[in-house]
Amino acid sequence: MSGKERLAIFPSRGAQMLMKARLKGAQKGHSLLKKKADALQMRFRTILGKIIETKTLMGEVMKEAAFSLAEAKFATGDFNQVVLQNVTKAQIKVRTKKDNVAGVTLPVFESYQDGTDTYELAGLARGGQQLAKLKKNYQSAIKLLVELASLQTSFVTLDDVIKLTNRRVNAIEHVIIPRIERTLAYIISELDELEREEFYRLKKIQDKKRIARKKAEAKDAELKKAALETGMDIPVVNNMLDEGDEDLLF
Amino acid sequence: MAIHSAIKGKLISVIGDEDTCVGFLLGGVGEINKNRQPNFLVVDKHTSVGEIEECFKRFVKRDDIDIILINQNIAEMVRHCIESHTQPIPAVLEIPSKDHPYDASKDSILRRAKGMFNPEDMK
Repeated sequence: MSGKERLAIFPSRGAQMLMKARLKGAQKGHSLLKKKADALQMRFRTILGKIIETKTLMGEVMKEAAFSLAEAKFATGDFNQVVLQNVTKAQIKVRTKKDNVAGVTLPVFESYQDGTDTYELAGLARGGQQLAKLKKNYQSAIKLLVELASLQTSFVTLDDVIKLTNRRVNAIEHVIIPRIERTLAYIISELDELEREEFYRLKKIQDKKRIARKKAEAKDAELKKAALETGMDIPVVNNMLDEGDEDLLF
Repeated sequence: MAIHSAIKGKLISVIGDEDTCVGFLLGGVGEINKNRQPNFLVVDKHTSVGEIEECFKRFVKRDDIDIILINQNIAEMVRHCIESHTQPIPAVLEIPSKDHPYDASKDSILRRAKGMFNPEDMK
């Protein structure tokens, strides 16, 4: 219970200074994290916009590609099996680069040509033009899809990081800072109480001293009185300078 | 690892119907590795959902694949597999096929995006 409400710490001036420093640190961290979350959020929104744009564009590009495939088939005859059987090495490959947004690395894909075209001779007999067009269409589709993939990867990564950052921001704002504040309040109240106690003790001591003085005075007075009654002259010297002499007057 | 993968190009894999696969293979994404395993799967009406699932999982596990293209109607069949894949790499892209137009509302990513953004846009 108390562990949740405040930190377990002995209330002292030193601890108070420590807590103040920690509060400052927490506030600074909170503002920095908030800035990071904002930066990520901004990037996130632009990426989201781009994703939606590219996805709709992709629909059109794919339609065109599929259409050119039908065209090529019409010109060449069915070549599906030939293509499916003749796969050897990938001609288009993907390279990953890193992009950095507020300390978060986002992978960026980049397609590049590697090696020669396996289907160079496809459509040599007939329909070469259509096949070339088909290849070109699909290559551009692949380029677009690679772009979309990097956007999507960034989207997923950013999504995770934003969630994490927001969680941290909220944790600092709603848990850590209040806890430090409560600890500070506790320390201050505790210190105040100590001070009050100290003050009370002081007063009590003064009281005691006063009573003791009064008692001593009463005793003295009694002694004097007793001496007068008995006639004995017991000089009660309160002051060593006051010896009962007459003041000298010149 | 990062440097290594940057030098060695990664592959794009395709799960789709015959025409989609043929198209992308002509585009030049196809590769058969040393174990005679292709990086694409042709789905026809005889292909079972279990096979597609298994293939998808295999592609996800392979570390030389960075992007998985999957036809949306096929993605619909193995939706739970795609939803459970949350890592950024490999990126799973849903693409329209010849006889199924693209439906944005079914796309995992776009749905996630919408679910995330509607409450904030209302602010």
